[in-house]
Amino acid sequence: MLLYLIRRILMLVPILILMSMVAFFLIQLPPGDFVTFRIEQLRMSGIEVSDNEAQRLMVQFGLDKPPMARYVWWVSGIVLRGNWGWSLQWNKSVNEILQERIPMTVVISLLALLFSWVVAIPIGIYSATHQYSPMDYVATFLGFIGVATPGFLLALIAAWLLFSQLGFSALGLHSPEYINAPWSTAKFVDLLKHLWLPLFLVGMGNTASTIRVVRNNLLDELNKQYVITARSKGLSEWKLVWKYPVRMAINPLLSTVSWVLPGLVSGTVLIDIVLSLQTIGPVLLRATLAQDMYLAGSVVLLLSALTVIGALIGDVLLVLVDPRIRFGRLGK
Amino acid sequence: MSVYNDASVSVDSDVAEQIPAAEQDKPSVEERYYYASQRQLIWWRFTRHKAAVVSSVLLIILYLCALFADFVSPYAMHTRFEGQQGAPPTVIRFIRPDGGFQPHVFAMQREMNPATFRWTFTEDTSQVHPIRFFVRGEEYKFLGLFRTSIRLFGVEDAPIFLFGTDRLSRDLFTRTLAGARISLSIGLVGVLLSFVLGVGLGGVSGYFGGLIDDAIQRLIDFLLAIPGLPLWMTLAAALPRDWPTLRMYFAITVILSVLGWCGLARVVRGKILQLREEDYTLAAQGAGASDWRIITRHLLPGFTSHLIVSITFSIPAMILSETALSFIGLGMQPPAVSWGTLLQDAQNLTAVAHEPWLLIPAIFVITTVILFNFVGDGLRDAADPYAR
Amino acid sequence: MAASENSVLVEVQDLKTYFFLHEGTVKAVDGVSFSIYEGRSLGVIGESGCGKSVTAQSMMRIVPSPPGREVDGKIEMYLWENGGGFAEVVDVLQLKPSGAKIRSIRGKQIGMIFQEPMTALSPLHTVGNQIAEAVLIHEQDASKHQARERAIDMLGRVGIPQPHRLVDAYPHQLSGGMRQRALIAMALICGPSLLIADEPTTALDVTIEAQILELIKELQTSLGMALMYISHDLAVVGEMSDEIMVMYLGHVMEHASTDDIFDNPLHPYTLALWRSVPSIEGKLERLIPISGSLPSPFASQPGCRFFSRCDRRMPGVCDATPPSLKEVAPGHKVRCLLYE
Repeated sequence: MLLYLIRRILMLVPILILMSMVAFFLIQLPPGDFVTFRIEQLRMSGIEVSDNEAQRLMVQFGLDKPPMARYVWWVSGIVLRGNWGWSLQWNKSVNEILQERIPMTVVISLLALLFSWVVAIPIGIYSATHQYSPMDYVATFLGFIGVATPGFLLALIAAWLLFSQLGFSALGLHSPEYINAPWSTAKFVDLLKHLWLPLFLVGMGNTASTIRVVRNNLLDELNKQYVITARSKGLSEWKLVWKYPVRMAINPLLSTVSWVLPGLVSGTVLIDIVLSLQTIGPVLLRATLAQDMYLAGSVVLLLSALTVIGALIGDVLLVLVDPRIRFGRLGK
Repeated sequence: MSVYNDASVSVDSDVAEQIPAAEQDKPSVEERYYYASQRQLIWWRFTRHKAAVVSSVLLIILYLCALFADFVSPYAMHTRFEGQQGAPPTVIRFIRPDGGFQPHVFAMQREMNPATFRWTFTEDTSQVHPIRFFVRGEEYKFLGLFRTSIRLFGVEDAPIFLFGTDRLSRDLFTRTLAGARISLSIGLVGVLLSFVLGVGLGGVSGYFGGLIDDAIQRLIDFLLAIPGLPLWMTLAAALPRDWPTLRMYFAITVILSVLGWCGLARVVRGKILQLREEDYTLAAQGAGASDWRIITRHLLPGFTSHLIVSITFSIPAMILSETALSFIGLGMQPPAVSWGTLLQDAQNLTAVAHEPWLLIPAIFVITTVILFNFVGDGLRDAADPYAR
Repeated sequence: MAASENSVLVEVQDLKTYFFLHEGTVKAVDGVSFSIYEGRSLGVIGESGCGKSVTAQSMMRIVPSPPGREVDGKIEMYLWENGGGFAEVVDVLQLKPSGAKIRSIRGKQIGMIFQEPMTALSPLHTVGNQIAEAVLIHEQDASKHQARERAIDMLGRVGIPQPHRLVDAYPHQLSGGMRQRALIAMALICGPSLLIADEPTTALDVTIEAQILELIKELQTSLGMALMYISHDLAVVGEMSDEIMVMYLGHVMEHASTDDIFDNPLHPYTLALWRSVPSIEGKLERLIPISGSLPSPFASQPGCRFFSRCDRRMPGVCDATPPSLKEVAPGHKVRCLLYE
């Protein structure tokens, strides 16, 4: 197990290096750069920027060096000094921006995953054990609609409904009066009030597909011979379903963590933009639009890292719960 | 059960095998089932899926509307109507004030509400403006072939805004149909591109195996490990904003296909690996069939149904991605009209609160996506009776 | 061997189990009657799809439902107190299929083993866990530790080497033969009075098949339980049973003692079955397959169900009149118009 883990982690390194290169050079693709863009902007608005000052900025951002050198400088900064670069757009270090935004992004993604499982697994089990019952049809239909409905468009509509019907602005994570206030119970309650909608919207697609996966897997498992064997032992239906097929039906969910989690992170980007949450999504959008290269590159790199780490977690979880894999593949 | 009590069923089964289907005078329902070709079976099962059938009909109507958008919509998509900014959808009435039946509208008058300083619209009920069909309107080029000014419907002396107007006082119904052209077609074109890439590379990967397979699989692994939306965002941001609409359209399609083909390639490769081991492939090889013949004659039919299903599911995903990119300003750029660019207007919550009809394009996107999913679901059930 | 005055354990009367599918109704079991006596063994033989497994599943009320349903008939089960006194007669078909009563019969009164030892055990739980579970269900006062000890003991009894070690093994770590032994242990751990074996050796190698058959026979005598042995293999059924029931498309075609079925088969179907298997003692003969294949399960014929494949059919008679099961000699029943 330890060996397997080490091997998997070592395999991450080249992927991450490749990803950082892709991220960095993609950002540099468009003609022009942020500093020139900014200086242009300043001059247009009448602020005098001396050529010396411009030159100083170019050097500070490494724009006088070739792209490869800039990349090496950026990556070595991350690896050696934990320095992700400087964002001219925010006039802050990238570290600072990430520190503000990443925790909430991760929290929302994880909570959305948790939310979708807590809701979807019982519904899926009920649906499968009561196949063709009215509630099964309702669940199947809702699940279907949920999978197909794009979260960010629903976010638009939901935000409008809440605002026009209840006068509640679902934008942001805090009401205006709490944004700069220190943490308090009231602020926390306010956060919860704002958090449920993004959680629901981010988790909706996954909830729906989880219902489908659990239902279909369980329906398959319920007809398997081992269920009949267990039944012929005299086990009650309730205990039987939970002990045997449900475990078999839920295990594959763990392996989906590997792509669901990145999907959620990616999916939150859009919904967060619509609801203007203080997460990484809006930051990435603004950074890409403004060619704020170190910030955008860092965000893309971090999101990619989250993706591959999510995949690793999913695989490890699967190994832990399934004895066939535990003893089979790893035994060798 | 009574259907099966047909006397022809109890025919000695080994005798029945020798009689060609056509010569049997009256095949029962059950026998029809046995002798039907694979395609017929799929079609029968598909028609049993009511939601899928209804959805396909609706989708066809939607695509026809997009194709003939100029004809169906009453105005040109860039026409502005003075003094009609943010007008709500026009109400269509059927009974005239004097009691006769005639679909008609009233003209709208815009007034400033002195209390809220907002524009309000009131109907001028003094004059009835009947809705007429096949009227002459603004000239357009029918399917790019010839000039005409015949439009499906229109109203004289008063504007008709089925979906209201936007903030530049343009008819939203016309613009939604115009946007459908880009949004709906980008799904097809994008999927076509992913399909060619996916089937080609996946097929090569699965059939030849070895080093080629390894290389392609690593590439797919890598591409799939990059989160989709951020990748698209950075790629789209690299496109110059001032490109002409058509070039932008193809660039966006290519960007969306960068990741789109991976899933398909995986499916194709997996299926080929599985089918390659089947006895009938080995038999064909043993009979001296060429690689090309084996691929086209023996392997492809084995998973065309599967391909069609996964294509049906990728179209809405493509449409959605285009909408998302255009919506956040990284995709199609105005003046090009797509559902995504139309929705840019809806980003402002207060604007939407006062002009909720700006959300109508969102409803179109959602509906389209759901319809495609229903069709895909029906096709999947039809193609594989064992898949639930 | 016990004589026929042995008391009745299960009495099946006119059982009908149908499957209601999209394509039509399949009458998988269509009016089957038989009895199983204490300590005796009944063999059921027939092609796949003849309803032999569904009959067994009906007795346990584990017919997959929907689409399957027991639509008519009685399955009377004679339950005995632990001490040996007669307790009650229960019509299993009247019980709720997930109710407490039928669950107290499953595993406790009737044990069952299945065709596919590969899939009959949950891959996520240890063999010991799954065997001990039966003890924990039926004996409320048994502790987990006791149940485990019982499981180890039982594993040893069914011939699994090092039972104290393999009790913690997962199914995929065992061979097919070992898994079938584990399943037998599971079915027998609560000492049922009837063991239903549904083609337990079909998926196994011939050499292992012999061992498993041996084991089942040995356990049947030593535990004094009744056996219902289902198979499509004449030789195996003959070896395992005191009496044999031949089934075809949901009907009992012939029912007699094993000796009678072997020495004096009457029904054309039984005869055809005989001709289609090689015999060890007999001279080398050409094997004659039964002509045609099973008719569509959805078809319902007005006459004899074997008509289309019978080599002694009487056109105009057999395809018009349904034959009934007649006792032509003491203890020998046949469903054929040739004997009416």
